[in-house]
Amino acid sequence: MTNENLIPRIGVITDIRRDTPDVKTFRVVGTDGKKLFEHLPGQCAMVSVPGVGECMFSITSSPTNTEYMEFSIKKCGCVTEVIHSLEPGQQITVRGPYGKNFPVEGDFKGKDLLFIAGGIGLAPLRSVINYVRHYRKNYGKVVVVYGSRSKDDLVDIEEIKNEWINEPDFQVYLTIDRPQEGWDGHVGFVPAYVKELGLDPTMTAVLCGPPIMIKFTLQGLLELGFKKERVYTTLELRMKCGIGKCGRCNVGDKFVCKDGPVFRMDELDELPPEY
Amino acid sequence: MIKISRDKLNGALAKIARSCDLFLPVKKAGEVNYGKFDENAEVSLDTLKTVKSAKDFFFPQSETMMKFKLSGKNIEIEDIRKQPEPFVIFGVRGCDYRSFSILDNVFLQEPVDTFYKARRDAATIVTLACNKPETSCFCKAFGIDAAEPQGDATGWLDEKYLYLNANTEKGEKLLETVGEFSQPDDGKAVEELKKTTREITAKLPYSNIDLSRFKPENLNELFNLPVWNELSEACLGCGTCTFVCPTCQCFDIREFKTDTGVNRFRCWDSCMYSDFTQMAAANSRTTQMQRYRQRFMHKLVYYPSQYGGTYSCVGCGRCVNKCPQHLNILKVIKKIGGRKDD
Repeated sequence: MTNENLIPRIGVITDIRRDTPDVKTFRVVGTDGKKLFEHLPGQCAMVSVPGVGECMFSITSSPTNTEYMEFSIKKCGCVTEVIHSLEPGQQITVRGPYGKNFPVEGDFKGKDLLFIAGGIGLAPLRSVINYVRHYRKNYGKVVVVYGSRSKDDLVDIEEIKNEWINEPDFQVYLTIDRPQEGWDGHVGFVPAYVKELGLDPTMTAVLCGPPIMIKFTLQGLLELGFKKERVYTTLELRMKCGIGKCGRCNVGDKFVCKDGPVFRMDELDELPPEY
Repeated sequence: MIKISRDKLNGALAKIARSCDLFLPVKKAGEVNYGKFDENAEVSLDTLKTVKSAKDFFFPQSETMMKFKLSGKNIEIEDIRKQPEPFVIFGVRGCDYRSFSILDNVFLQEPVDTFYKARRDAATIVTLACNKPETSCFCKAFGIDAAEPQGDATGWLDEKYLYLNANTEKGEKLLETVGEFSQPDDGKAVEELKKTTREITAKLPYSNIDLSRFKPENLNELFNLPVWNELSEACLGCGTCTFVCPTCQCFDIREFKTDTGVNRFRCWDSCMYSDFTQMAAANSRTTQMQRYRQRFMHKLVYYPSQYGGTYSCVGCGRCVNKCPQHLNILKVIKKIGGRKDD
């Protein structure tokens, strides 16, 4: 955290990768060419294009990446639309890191880990998955279940196909919603696939994706015998300050920017359903 | 304790105003609000409540946070913050004084809001005891003593004198500044004033309003009460309550383009507004009932849960006086407060 919580730093976009028709991944460094700041998996940053607006995004790259940060951003509103039109060399502003991270040095340590993502929901999970890959010995087996609308909407598919599937004791299951030419993998929604796979309920699970996917996947996991105390997810609400003061992301007695975005499912049960 | 006779009061205030900016209740266009002292100011220390609260001093309605210069693909950030000059706020009532500590919990908690803190540190606060609290006042319900507010110095007014007592070093310095206009006092008159105020306060209709049900452990039970529908039915979502409220602290951060770049500013916002939680693809509170519930749950349940049981209401009664639909926190407390059977 910088001393100045509301004054951002200047970041330079050094590379832009098109992941899917509506998701691009932006590589960002400081004006000195170095990484802007350190973070932990699951934490977020406020990114802005001055004159357009500022939004909170999860930091997609792993903290173990010492050179730069990456943000996978889906085009879905007025700020993200402008961000998608930017070119390499463009400066933006970045402040953070904000929020509570996944307990990679706590509850996750030594555990078998199950990551379930839908669509752009892979963005926050990529940070923790690559962290786990980096410190592979500290964790048990890893299972990733990732689904999207179509094969063209799978974010980071190159990294998944070229790197993740080659990791030892690391299983990756991909699925798309509907059959598609050129796809010989699984077809079906994530919640149904999770139940089909008959996953080991002693694993610690992390869910990230659209609310409807989270809802039905969680139901499926509970039926399989998973405990809410061992299932994590992230929340997304409107934010302005990022430091628990502007009041916008308040749910019950929590601020998502400060107390989240990472929550355990049993913690969410304590909150009013306004997320 | 010292006292300054009313005919010398203007001179004493002018003396303070020569050393630093002095803000106090001033009548302007028929309304009394905090304003800067100058010789033409129509000072109104006898007015019980300013229309707007005193929160502007530390959390202004709008403030520029930084400026951006844009050229080609490059951005330059101009940090425009300056160390504020010391200033004095004179005549803060007990309710508004308590609101500062409620805002402090939010803005001074790590990570500290440096914009807020700089102004907070620069202020000397002189409170003023209330003489005639009115029916919409219910500060006593929140443990506030309108007869003896704190601050750097405390003032009491009767028909002849302003009595002042210093509570801090800053307060002692201020009393020294007005030394030539003052004389020592034995405090007897102030004891009488306090007694009278406490007697009036004790008889106010909402001084002992039952808050017992507003507890963190009842969060979900209270959230799910059907009575929110009925309570919020007439709410226009105008946000007047949040703007006059001394403890409402929600803000927006926005930008506008200038001739040379972009200015980023923050301004008060209201959880009563429909786009407060609007995101690109979703909105977590789509009905006025949800927004209305959020405001009162935050003040009476969520905030106390975060800050050791302290309610985020000071009973100033401004929302009671200003809501165009006559909805207010008293109605919520009365309806839900002590009842166990809803």
